[in-house]
Amino acid sequence: MLTYLEAIRQAMEEEMVRDPRVFILGEDVGNYGGAFRVTQGFLEKFGPERIIDTPISETGLIGAAIGASLFGMRPIAELQFIDFIGCGFNQIVNYAAKSRYRWGGGVPIVIRGPAGAGVHGGPFHSQSPESYFMNVPGLKIVVPATPTDAKGLMLAAIRDPDPVIFLEHKFLYRRLKEEVPAGDFTTPIGEARVARAGEDISIITYGAMVHASIEAADLVSAEGVSVEVLDLRTLLPMDRRRILETVKKTGRALIVHEATKTGGPGGEIAAIIGEHAFEHLDAPIVRVAPPDTPVPYSPPLEEHFLPNAAKIADAIRALAEY
Amino acid sequence: MPKKSAALKSRASAPAKSAPPAAKASTAARSEVVKPLAPGKTSKGAPPLDRAEARRLYRQMLLIRRFEERAQQIYVEGKIGGFLHLYIGQEAIACGIMSLLHKDDYFIGAYRDHGYSLARGADPKPLMAELMGRATGISRGKGGSMHFYDIPNGNFGGDGIVGGHIVVAAGMGYAIRLRGSEQCVVCFFGDGAINEGAFHEALNVSSLWDLPVVFVVENNMYGMGTSVERASAVTALHERGAAYNMVHLPCDGMDIVKVRDTFADAFARARKEKKPTFVEVITYRYRGHSMSDPGKYRSKEEVEKWQEKDPIARLGMFLLDHKFATGKELEAIDKDVMVEVDDCIKFSEESPWPPAEYMYEDIYVKTPTLNWRAVEKDPAWERSLPDDRVPVIYPPHVSQGVK
Ligand SMILES: Cc1ncc(C[n+]2csc(CCOP(=O)(O)OP(=O)(O)O)c2C)c(N)n1
Ligand SMILES: [Mg+2]
Repeated sequence: MLTYLEAIRQAMEEEMVRDPRVFILGEDVGNYGGAFRVTQGFLEKFGPERIIDTPISETGLIGAAIGASLFGMRPIAELQFIDFIGCGFNQIVNYAAKSRYRWGGGVPIVIRGPAGAGVHGGPFHSQSPESYFMNVPGLKIVVPATPTDAKGLMLAAIRDPDPVIFLEHKFLYRRLKEEVPAGDFTTPIGEARVARAGEDISIITYGAMVHASIEAADLVSAEGVSVEVLDLRTLLPMDRRRILETVKKTGRALIVHEATKTGGPGGEIAAIIGEHAFEHLDAPIVRVAPPDTPVPYSPPLEEHFLPNAAKIADAIRALAEY
Repeated sequence: MPKKSAALKSRASAPAKSAPPAAKASTAARSEVVKPLAPGKTSKGAPPLDRAEARRLYRQMLLIRRFEERAQQIYVEGKIGGFLHLYIGQEAIACGIMSLLHKDDYFIGAYRDHGYSLARGADPKPLMAELMGRATGISRGKGGSMHFYDIPNGNFGGDGIVGGHIVVAAGMGYAIRLRGSEQCVVCFFGDGAINEGAFHEALNVSSLWDLPVVFVVENNMYGMGTSVERASAVTALHERGAAYNMVHLPCDGMDIVKVRDTFADAFARARKEKKPTFVEVITYRYRGHSMSDPGKYRSKEEVEKWQEKDPIARLGMFLLDHKFATGKELEAIDKDVMVEVDDCIKFSEESPWPPAEYMYEDIYVKTPTLNWRAVEKDPAWERSLPDDRVPVIYPPHVSQGVK
């Protein structure tokens, strides 16, 4: 049994044993074991040349990861909180994302860190920044929802020839535990998975919201509504085929995410459905997502901000009645 | 040492067990470097501390310490959520510096920010209420520990993005130039922050454009678990000012008298010459980086060694030596402070949780470019606004775009 966090740790650890090109750099990843202890014990095991405590300089550490990757290394850059990714924005969206396009140079790096709310982190330690990067061709964005996927997707991300932003949900780190296959396996980047099968309504979601959606689906099943939950797992590139498959089957689409609503991934998903499955729809596409505000600190406000099973269940009922 | 110094030591947190020997040796060496400051040629220092001011500052430093000790306790009890970073050990810096600021000066700081607001004279009740996420909090419960603001008192607050605010300070200095006033800006940040590019960009333009900004790096020897020697190629951090042709010097941050002397000169330079200064204040944080820091990167002995230099005990000695207070009076001040902190907690616990509408407020503003709270409450801004700029407040449901 591994927690979500342990699964990420195991994937990196095993790959570092297998592949000497893999190394980790980030703030306090060595001595301290990482702000969330994801790299606990790595310094002792792999030494300071492969587990690098960087100064607090995100541009520097992401840039260094890019540079090393151009010479064949497989760096993993950790951000203590994904909110700090803004400090390395240029390196990601200009250099890493467009290198291959400009001159054929692949940038096989993983940029990983804890995202998401639910731990009262306040406006700068709770964000879901996936939408900032979805508009950048050349990047891949991965958002595991389960320990097994966390491991499989991490292994796939490290081996991927292109830059991968790996968004870990900090709320899930120690709250999820499951049997994770031992040893080497990958979960393909770009493939969604049906997390819960159903007939009447499709929920398209990812990350921590997969669990809230399943909970909501369980709530309404007693009322006779059968809900399918599609876990996207990768946001860029997005698995259009599976999105369309489930929507064509049910005719009703509910999109749930933790990123704020306007400009969030839901708009893209809705557009894909609108463009390719319009005639299969029996109801308007609905989004459940936080309103367009920063993430507030105060627990009752944060609760108001976040989607949860009750809010999703309400949306399901309304959609079922349409 | 006054008798109470033992009581001033940490109450709750257990410091680290072992540290790599290299880190230990080098932090020790570094602290030795900070001999009493040789005042520069033009140095005048601060006016000597008189009885009233010395007692006021003693009380203020104690207030910060007791406020945070209690915050730590109630954090453990689950009454504060999220992340909590304590300033304990560094009180002389905020208190010394703020004691020299004029009413219309400004400061902007990093996320270890409780001490800044308290030293600037903010009412501690809304600060505690903010930690506890209440509607009466200074940021109405929306920010928490790292986001204390008090714009009417020139407090541009804490910032949870390391280094991000340093460039902002330069812009504030530029605005003061444009106003033509004698105001100045103090910008606080940690030793870890100077490795962000933002630090370098800010120092360069501040020197290039002659901005009235005093940059303060609080070198408490560590950025989280990484010691200065492991993070900065230059360990005498103030020397980085040389790269930007800026007056730079170190200062003993465990002695409020020295802090005041150093910064009085820096503020004079900012006000009269419109020139920035970069000061490295040598200090130490007694507690862990945050509540979840096991502290394995430093030794118990190291922490204790610094606690012997305790800035509050030091000022207590000063008060006794100068016959500004008796031991009994110092104890009475402490009791008084504890009562005040208890009142803060009571106030916070009796305060309501913020209503949902709060979440939708303060996102868009009266004018498209200014924060309406700043506009309304900062007299300096009010003066600079033309009268015909009639602000519009968008009702929450419009900005929210739903329901
Ligand atoms: C841009 C950014 N990177 C990383 C962090 C995570 N972080 C928070 S505090 C901290 C250490 C800061 O050290 P220092 O500047 O010395 O301040 P101190 O904690 O000593 O007061 C780090 C790495 C952050 N908040 N923002
Ligand atoms: Mg520090």
